[in-house]
Amino acid sequence: MSNASSKTSAASILRGSLVPLLVVAFWQALSSSGLINPVVLPSPVAVVVRWWAYLLPAEAYDPAQSGWFLWALSGEMLTDAWSSLYRVVLGFAVGAGLALPLGLVMGTSERAYGLMDPLLQVLRPIPPIAYIPLAILWFGLGNAPAIFLIAIGAFFPVLMNTIAGVRHVDGIYLRAARNLGAGPTTMFLRVILPAATPYILAGARIGIGTAFIVVIVSEMIAVNAGLGFRILEAREFMWSDKIIAGMFTIGLLGLAIDIAMNRLNNHLLRWHRGLDS
Amino acid sequence: MARLLTMTQDDAAMTTIPASQTAVPQIQVRGVEKVFTVGAQKIVALQNIDLDVQKGEFVCLLGPSGCGKSTLLNAVAGFQPPTRGTVTADGKAVMGPGPDRGMVFQEYALFPWMTVAENVAFGLQIKSMGKAEITARVDALLEKLHLQDFRHRYPKDLSGGMRQRVAIARVLALDSPILLMDEPFGALDALTRRTLQDELLRIWQEVGKTILFVTHSIEESIYLADRIIVMTYRPGTIKQDVRVDMPRPRDGASAEFNRLKRDLSLMVMEEQQRFSADEIRSVTAD
Ligand SMILES: Nc1ncnc2c1ncn2[C@@H]1O[C@H](COP(=O)(O)OP(=O)(O)O)[C@@H](O)[C@H]1O
Ligand SMILES: [Mg+2]
Repeated sequence: MSNASSKTSAASILRGSLVPLLVVAFWQALSSSGLINPVVLPSPVAVVVRWWAYLLPAEAYDPAQSGWFLWALSGEMLTDAWSSLYRVVLGFAVGAGLALPLGLVMGTSERAYGLMDPLLQVLRPIPPIAYIPLAILWFGLGNAPAIFLIAIGAFFPVLMNTIAGVRHVDGIYLRAARNLGAGPTTMFLRVILPAATPYILAGARIGIGTAFIVVIVSEMIAVNAGLGFRILEAREFMWSDKIIAGMFTIGLLGLAIDIAMNRLNNHLLRWHRGLDS
Repeated sequence: MARLLTMTQDDAAMTTIPASQTAVPQIQVRGVEKVFTVGAQKIVALQNIDLDVQKGEFVCLLGPSGCGKSTLLNAVAGFQPPTRGTVTADGKAVMGPGPDRGMVFQEYALFPWMTVAENVAFGLQIKSMGKAEITARVDALLEKLHLQDFRHRYPKDLSGGMRQRVAIARVLALDSPILLMDEPFGALDALTRRTLQDELLRIWQEVGKTILFVTHSIEESIYLADRIIVMTYRPGTIKQDVRVDMPRPRDGASAEFNRLKRDLSLMVMEEQQRFSADEIRSVTAD
């Protein structure tokens, strides 16, 4: 039984890696043929070598300088990834931190909704990228404008989903809670909020995806560290292998964030019907 | 107060309710009317309802779907105030829902984000009862409803019967004198249904609560009730107030049971036909 299932999983791994391997082989053949200038398209081997160099610490290990662990993390890539991740998390926390209470109020109170909705409808279609000039004007260069832009990117998805989540709470839960004697505070904290979490978390997921897009863009204009900055810098030196290595790193970080969000989701919604798998 | 019965007085299973009751009723419904306005259409869901339920009585509201059973129960629960008339529970006018009238819904209405134990504890936490006391009460209730092994499960991982046990434990925790149940076993298979009916009767006899129980099943009402209130369809009125005096547990095969069943069937069928005629009319009108 386990033999058969390990056989099928080996087969599925093989099948899954077929297309990527073919693409890499084609890419390698193309660059080995000498038809294309390596500055335009470096070979996959060159990209991997460059990626490895990007990952490793720049200086040799010196016990007098720092501990072993810090040294291992001192490579350029990990520093960049850390700077980008820091901005995403901080910007997301600011944006979602403002959107969540506002969305809860707007979802619960018709009056608050009527007051706030017109303004938000006007602001919502403006892409976060369009705030770049204003962000630089207001906050100068550095982390502040980047975090401002990321916060805007995360704000609207979380807001919209929180409002929808609160409005879609099934009336039967409200009736049951009122029957059990729940007052407004209990109703809000223990019924409306948890009932709305599936929506809120879906919004958070979209929000962090947007934040990740915005962080790369904002790093290309306002700061001098981070994965977005690094690939733009590599372009100035025509290091196409490093550009592609940086892009892969961005993809890996995005994947890691998505997996983390998924885990969080599964934990917080362990009670939810749709998540049996 | 009660309409005159078509049955004969010597039918041991059914007797008319005396016009005057001596004890103060636990639930008192007086002249209740409920009209729903849907567009230009007015639906008279309840009309001229007078009903007294004595303390400790088990009363079933029986009738085909659409005859206003839930509307009447909701008026007693305080979810939907009647258009006219008054509802009094325990001597106090009903102004809204409250834990003195615990409700069990057909859809269970368990909070899916809470475990079994958390659902049962919820009402007690609202009463700001001490932690130790809550734990003790929850443990006792879970035991009473055979839920001990499921205390940390979420509702999604329970069968329908188990969910309804949790819902019953949740309202029993409130220790309210009145239990309102809206077709609580309607979605369950026959065996589970019978088990839960027996457990409900056992609990009712143990704790002596007043139960108002909605059902459209004639057999269920005969099996459970001290009194069966048969309702009419549009307008929803009380067609008949039938006392059931058979000793429990009641035997569905007994002659008495079946005589009552036949009589009630005739009454319910009349209303069912009006309901079907209405449905056909509304379909052909579309
Ligand atoms: N919220 C509502 N709006 C309009 N009509 C309603 C509403 N609730 C119930 N009704 C109508 O009132 C009548 C009684 O409904 P209900 O009490 O739910 O019946 P039952 O529980 O006996 O099946 C039905 O004809 C139904 O269509
Ligand atoms: Mg109903």
